[in-house]
This record gives sequence, structure tokens and C-alpha cells, in this order.
Amino acid sequence: MKKLFALGMAAVMALSLAACGGAASSTSTASSAAEGASSEAASAETAGSDKTWVIATDTVFKPFEYTDASGNFVGIDVDIVAAIAEDQGFKYELKSLGWDGAIAACQSGQADGMIAGASITQERKDSGWMFSDGYYTATQTMTVAENSDITGFEDLAGKTVAIKIGTQGAAYAESLKDEYGFQTQSFEDSPTMYQAVLGGQCVACFEDTPIMQASIKDGGLALKVLENTANEGGDYGFAIFSENSQELLDMFNAGLANIKANGTYDEILAKYLG
Amino acid sequence: MIQILTTYGGLLLAAMGQTLLLALCGLFFACILGLIFGLLSVVKNRACNIISIIFVDAIRGVPMIVLAFYIYLGIPALVNSALGFNGFTLTALQAGTVCLALNCGAYMAEIIRAGIESVDKGQMEAARSLGLPYWRAMVRVVLPQAIRTMIPSIINQFIITLKDTSILSVIGFPELVNTAKNVVANSFKVFEVWTIVAIMYLIVITALSVLAKKVERRLNRGRE
Repeated sequence: MKKLFALGMAAVMALSLAACGGAASSTSTASSAAEGASSEAASAETAGSDKTWVIATDTVFKPFEYTDASGNFVGIDVDIVAAIAEDQGFKYELKSLGWDGAIAACQSGQADGMIAGASITQERKDSGWMFSDGYYTATQTMTVAENSDITGFEDLAGKTVAIKIGTQGAAYAESLKDEYGFQTQSFEDSPTMYQAVLGGQCVACFEDTPIMQASIKDGGLALKVLENTANEGGDYGFAIFSENSQELLDMFNAGLANIKANGTYDEILAKYLG
Repeated sequence: MIQILTTYGGLLLAAMGQTLLLALCGLFFACILGLIFGLLSVVKNRACNIISIIFVDAIRGVPMIVLAFYIYLGIPALVNSALGFNGFTLTALQAGTVCLALNCGAYMAEIIRAGIESVDKGQMEAARSLGLPYWRAMVRVVLPQAIRTMIPSIINQFIITLKDTSILSVIGFPELVNTAKNVVANSFKVFEVWTIVAIMYLIVITALSVLAKKVERRLNRGRE
């Protein structure tokens, strides 16, 4: 009986490992859109080693990474990595694994770093993550339905507010909810969160100001951003988990400073945030 | 692991409470729906049979995640525009309960139908020939025998439904998986959090299985 149990456990573990492998390899095709960028980087003068760095990212975090109408994987993160790789002359492969998947890939060594609009927070640093310099600063604001009579946090008492898991907007809402007496309801993606506000299931949502404004414009959503509810903002960073990736982090920081200096960075932001 | 437990343990336990609450609400209505549609499918009335078949096939043919989005976001919009209400909404708990009740109810209907059909026809015939009306024969003679056959399948369905509550994390119900995703996002500790969550589910479901076995044994007492 014991032997049988052990055998069963072994089988389960083998299966779960196989499942992990399958997931990793299938997602690599998603990065094909980024391959143009990486081969471009490779053809540039390669100052560093020949190592191909694996960088994990989210699947949809518009406009930082998403698949556009013609099926290309694009976004601010995607372009910034491409520009930095070109500047620093390193090769990389971008893997679109999803938020949880990207975190797990870095922890398990399947990826060397991640760029997924991740906010630089003390709690994440305490968990052993290392962040680059901030590559994007955003304030977070509250958004309500166009015809809503909510004008500020004071009107939220007893109401339910929509947030998106893992965002700075969520952290901002959590920091306010006790003071103003509202509840939060967390969604996995932005479209569902917006829909919950549009449908009246939630009275408001918290999101990065520029992203919210771009989404309202692109989607023609009947929502309005309450400008007076902005916080002081926070930085997004490129993150690594293992010290073996320190070289990549250094190159990222150096490249980021260069593309900020030569104007590429502003071009990228203008392209997506208009 | 310890750090996650001390920081987020209370939050995860509360989320487990929400999971159980949702599962209980869903199962309660699922049992009612299952019994109604299960009986509708065995009575000798073509219209009733067809209603039951449509219900079961429609619900079984739609993945629960689609059902969840549809009920939570779609139904209120539909009700507001079609019936002229303004601001009718469902909370995540209400939508989740409806979703679980429909989904689990469809499977329960099939379990109940199969259970009733497994009882020999002669039982019903004998009861009727002794002068019992149809429904009394059903309730007093056929159902008690059918329930014994159904119990293992029903318990299995309960456990599946308990785990299916995790699907309702997509409509923002603060059950265990939804909460765990928040904890992962805050702490960036993937494996630790999901290990804790897996163990929590395992403990609760194992406890339920043991309890269910006891109930099953009691119901079967005196059968052999």
C-alpha cells in the first residue's frame, strides 16, 4: 500500500513537471513578435556576451504589453526592452507568460528577468526581488461612471470599488478603504473591472491615470477620471530575482539612461499614450 | 512560508470562509434545482421531460466561466434595458450562487434521474398496485431506494462544486483563489502562496469526504 502511494506521488510530480515544461515551451511562440526586435539587437554591434537573456512579461497589460489588431505583441515594455537591448547590444527573448507566470519563471530560473509594469515596492524587495531604476512613473486615480454623482473618496462609504489584482491602483485603494469605509472587489483584468463600473456592480475603479485615460479614449467608455483623487505616484521597474541576472539589470539601467537621453524613451511613451 | 502565514494567514482563512459560504449557498439551490429537474425528467409527461432536457443540455453546454461572466455582467444589463429598471445589479455572491446552482443543479438533475431509473420498475408497479398514488409511491418507495445509489455521486458533485467556486474568482468574489492572487501580487511569492492554498483546499475537502463517508455508511445501514 505504501509503495503504491509513493508510486502515485512520483507519477503526480512527474506529471506536474511535464505540465510546467509544456506551458513554458508553448508560450515561447507568443514571443515570436518580439523576435524581429531581438534579431535586430543581435545584428547591432554586440558589446556584451553572446548569452540570450530570457525576459518574462505579462500577456495583457495595455498599453505596456498586449497583442495589437494585426496580431503583433507590442507595448511600452516591449519597445523599451527592444530599445535598451539595441543600445546595450545584448540578445534577449521575450516570453509572454502572464503576470503570475512571469513571477514564477523568474523565481524558478526559467527567466532571467521580468518587465510587466511591475511597481517597485518595499514588500517585493523584502521578498528578494531586485528592481532597476524606475522606467515609468504614474499617478493612480479613481474613475467613476460618467453619470455618477460620486466626486471624491467621502462618497464611497459603504460602497464597493473595483480593483485589478497586482496593480498600484489596487494598493492605493487598499490604503484608503479603512479610512473611507468602502470595500474592494478584485478582478483579474482591466476590461472586466471597467465593465463592473459601467454595469453598476461597483461604483468606481482605481487605475493608472494615463492608462485609464487612454482606455476611455480608445474604448469610448462611459467613464470619467476624477483628477482630484490622484496620489503622488510610483515607479515601474524591471525586476530580477537571481543574482546571476545582475549583469542584465546593470545593462538595463545603463540602456534606460541612454534612451532617456537620446529621446527614444519619449518617442515610445508618445506612441502608446499619445 | 512562515512569513506568508503570519502576514496573510488571517486573510486566507477568511477567504476560505467565503469559499465555503459560496459553496453552501450554491449547493443549497443546486439541490432544489436538481430535484425539480431530475423529477421532471422521469415523470411520464413529454413536456416535462423536454423542459428538463433543455435545461440540462443548455447548462452543461456552457463552460462555467462563461456562465459567470454572463450572469454577473450580462443579466443586470439585460434586465435593466429590457424591463426598464434602473440600476439593478447582482453582487458577486448572488451571481456566484446563481452560477453554481445552475451548473451543479444540471449535473444533480442527471444524478437524480439516473438514481431513480436504477430502481427496478417493479417497485413502482408493486406500490401502485397496492393502491398508492404515483407521488406517494415515488416519495415513499422509489426515492428512498434511489437515494442510496445517488449518494456517492452527489458527494462527488458537492466536492466538484466546492472546487468550482475558484472559477468565480474572475467576477471578483473574494474566495480563496481570488485572495491568493492578491497575496501573490503583493508578496511576489508564488510557490509558497499556492502551496498554502492547495493544503487548505486539501484539508477542507478531505474533512468533507470523511464526513460524507460516515453519512453514506449510516444511510446504508441494514442494507446488506
